[in-house]
This record gives sequence, C-alpha cells and structure tokens, in this order.
Amino acid sequence: MTALLIRDLRLAMRAGGGFGLGLGFFLILAVLVPLGVGPDTGTLALIAPGILWVGALLACLLSLDRLFALDHEDGSLDLLATSPIPLEGVVAVKALAHWLTTGLPLALAAPVLGILLNLPGPAFAPLMLSLLLGTPALSVIGAFGAALTVGLKRGGLLMSLLVLPLYVPTLVFGAQAVSRAAQGLDGSTALLLTAGITAGSAALLPFAAAFALRINLR
Amino acid sequence: MASLWEYANPVKFMRLSGWLMPVSALLAAGLIVTGLVWGFFFTEADYRQGASVKIIFLHVPSALMAINAWAMMLIASLIWLVRRHHVSALAAKAAAPIGATMTLIALITGAIWGQPMWGTWWEWDPRLTSFLILFLFYLGYIALWSAIEDTDTAADLTAILCLVGSVFAALSRYAALFWNQGLHQGASLSVAPGTRMDWAYKAPLYLCMAGFALLFLALVLAGTRTEIRARRARALMTRERARA
Repeated sequence: MTALLIRDLRLAMRAGGGFGLGLGFFLILAVLVPLGVGPDTGTLALIAPGILWVGALLACLLSLDRLFALDHEDGSLDLLATSPIPLEGVVAVKALAHWLTTGLPLALAAPVLGILLNLPGPAFAPLMLSLLLGTPALSVIGAFGAALTVGLKRGGLLMSLLVLPLYVPTLVFGAQAVSRAAQGLDGSTALLLTAGITAGSAALLPFAAAFALRINLR
Repeated sequence: MASLWEYANPVKFMRLSGWLMPVSALLAAGLIVTGLVWGFFFTEADYRQGASVKIIFLHVPSALMAINAWAMMLIASLIWLVRRHHVSALAAKAAAPIGATMTLIALITGAIWGQPMWGTWWEWDPRLTSFLILFLFYLGYIALWSAIEDTDTAADLTAILCLVGSVFAALSRYAALFWNQGLHQGASLSVAPGTRMDWAYKAPLYLCMAGFALLFLALVLAGTRTEIRARRARALMTRERARA
C-alpha cells in the first residue's frame, strides 16, 4: 500500500501529472473574484471565506477525473483489482494521494490568498484548520464520484454533476467555521462537524467506491 | 397468501400493474379534482394571507411526494442490490423523473406563494435550499442512468449513488439548518402539539395529498411498464438480429 501511495504521488508530481494545476486554479480564482465584484475591501472580507472554500472545492474537482481514469485506460486498475490489497484499500490510498497533492497544498496556500481577499485576521487559523479537516472529505467523496464514472467517455462533466451536490455539507460547515471566526464568533462547532463529515466519509465511502469500481471492471 | 416477492416476476408484475395502474390513475384524478375544486372554490380565504393561501393544495402534496419519491427510490435500490429483482431497479429508474418534477412543482408553487407573502420569489431558506439540493440529486441520478448503456451496470451504479446520495441529502438538510434560519413556517401538519391548520383546509389538503400519492403510484407503474416493454423489445430485436 505504501508502494502504491508512493507510485501515485510520483505520477502526480511528474510532468503531465497535474500537480500544481489545482493550486494555479485556486490562485486565478482568488484574483478573478475581486476583478468581478470590485476592489471594495469590506465586500471582499465578507465573501472571502465562501470564495476560498468554493475555490478549494472546484480545485479539488479539477483533478478528480484522472483519479482512476488513467489507471483504467492502461489496464493497471485491473491489476490493482486482482492484487492482494483489497480494492477498498486501493481507493483509500488513491484518495489519500489525491489529498496530499491537492487538498494539502490548497490548505497551506489558502492563507496567502486570504490576504489577497482581505480576510479578517482572526479567521486565518480557522481557514487553514477547516481546509485541513475538510479537504480529505472532498478527496474521498470525489474518489466515489470518479469510481462511478470511470468507464464512461466524457465522464468528467457527469462526475461534477454527481459530486458537487455531495460536497454541500462539507462546504457549508467548512465555510461556516471560517465566516463565524471572521465575524468574531465561535466557529468550533462547525469545525467539529467538518471533521465529523471527513471521518464518516473516510470510513464508509471507500467501500461504496470499491463497490462501484468492481461493477465498472466487470 | 402470495408473497410480495412474486411481483418481482415481470409477468406477474405486468398482470398486477395492468389493472392497478388505471385504477390508481382514476382514483388519483378523482381525488385531486375533488380536493382542488373543494380547496379553491369552497374554502374561506385566510384572514391574513387571503386567497393566495390556496396554492397550498398544490404546494404541500408535491413537496410530500418529492421527498417520498426519493425514499421509494432508496428502498427500490436496496431491493435491487440485495435481491437482484430487475423490476425494482426499473421502478427506481421510473420514479426519478417523477420525483424531480414534483420537486420542481414544489419549488415553483413555493416561489409563486412566496412572492406575495414574503415579497420575494426566492429566499435562501433551509427548506427551500434543501429542496433545490434535492433537485440536483435527482438530476445527477437521472444523468447517471442515461449515461451508462449496459442496464445492469447502470442499475448497480445508480443504486449505490442513491444510497450514498440519501445520506448526503439528509446531511445537507441539517447543514442548511445550521447555515441559515429561514422564512418558511414550521410544520402545520404534524402529530406534535403547536399551531395547527383548521379542518376546513385540512380536509381538502388530505384529499390532494392522497391524490398525489396515487398519481405518483400510477406514474411509477406506467414508467416501469414502459421500461419492461422496452427491455422486451430490445431482447426480441437482439434475437432477430442473431437469427438473421
């Protein structure tokens, strides 16, 4: 399983792997929003938590369609399915690799973009913390969506239609944690709920995703 | 006594639904027409909301069926996953567009009602928002069905999407409550004590709700029958082609 993790990380880092694309997307979004809504710092501070969370969510979505598709095309997914590691474990490792290459960098980069969007001071720590706690859920839910659509041509668009509604609770709780902190309120309930969704998804969704993969490999 | 599972046999299902569908359709038409005519023309206008309250006779039944259609799809998906009865998978498929339409009717009648009462067509209220999200779930489910050619694969994948989607739809409902306190009133039809609706409204409303439930049943049966017939036709065509 460690070997699989290292392999996936290497593949993501290499040219064409798309590492950093998500970060670039995140940065461009944080630049485009002020250009769209105007440079008024008050407005920006108000919408910054939501924009950063939506941006992180879309950046995660961007790299999801390659999660299983590449391995499916060259046949290594069939090999992984017949390997001694259970398919649930393969899904979990792939989701972890996806998080390490997208969710984690996004969470680390988010405070910088928070400065661009004039995020209020007390909200920086909750922003990073909520992204750290919430983005693993995005990767696991995304792995489920990618497993559903792996065999399909043009599955990417369909996958976003399937995955984005599933992202709603994570987005609500994650963004609430930040915006409550930005207003000087206590955001810890929202933070705990975000972590709860991550824990629940990480525990259950690999089974659903592996089930979907087995059907698609049938 | 015949077991329920006998109707997993398509032939028996077709025989049963052959008379159940028209009967429930006729009953539904009778109940809805009676309920709406009673509700629209033979009830007093509300002292505060005036006549606009009467859209409740469309709004509440469609919202009720919007949620229950998803619940029915969930049960049908479970039956398909556990017992592999094709009729069940096809019934879930048939229910999805009907549920989506009911959700849309509830949203649109709600907007029409909300405009004079709240002064807005749309408000990011938890109930409204969760219905919009439910509509998105329906869209994704329908899109997944139509994207996959092999029917058994499609049935399996949509069933698992329905299971996972149900959990996340419920989570979204409570997330929306956490997110915003809304304008929409609480339940006025409930066994719990509190402000209740008068029987003058309740009676026609119950008729409409029963009518919508039967309408849903008739539509699902019609959709499932269509799917079964389409599958038979496909099988026949394959056989013909194999012979030629």
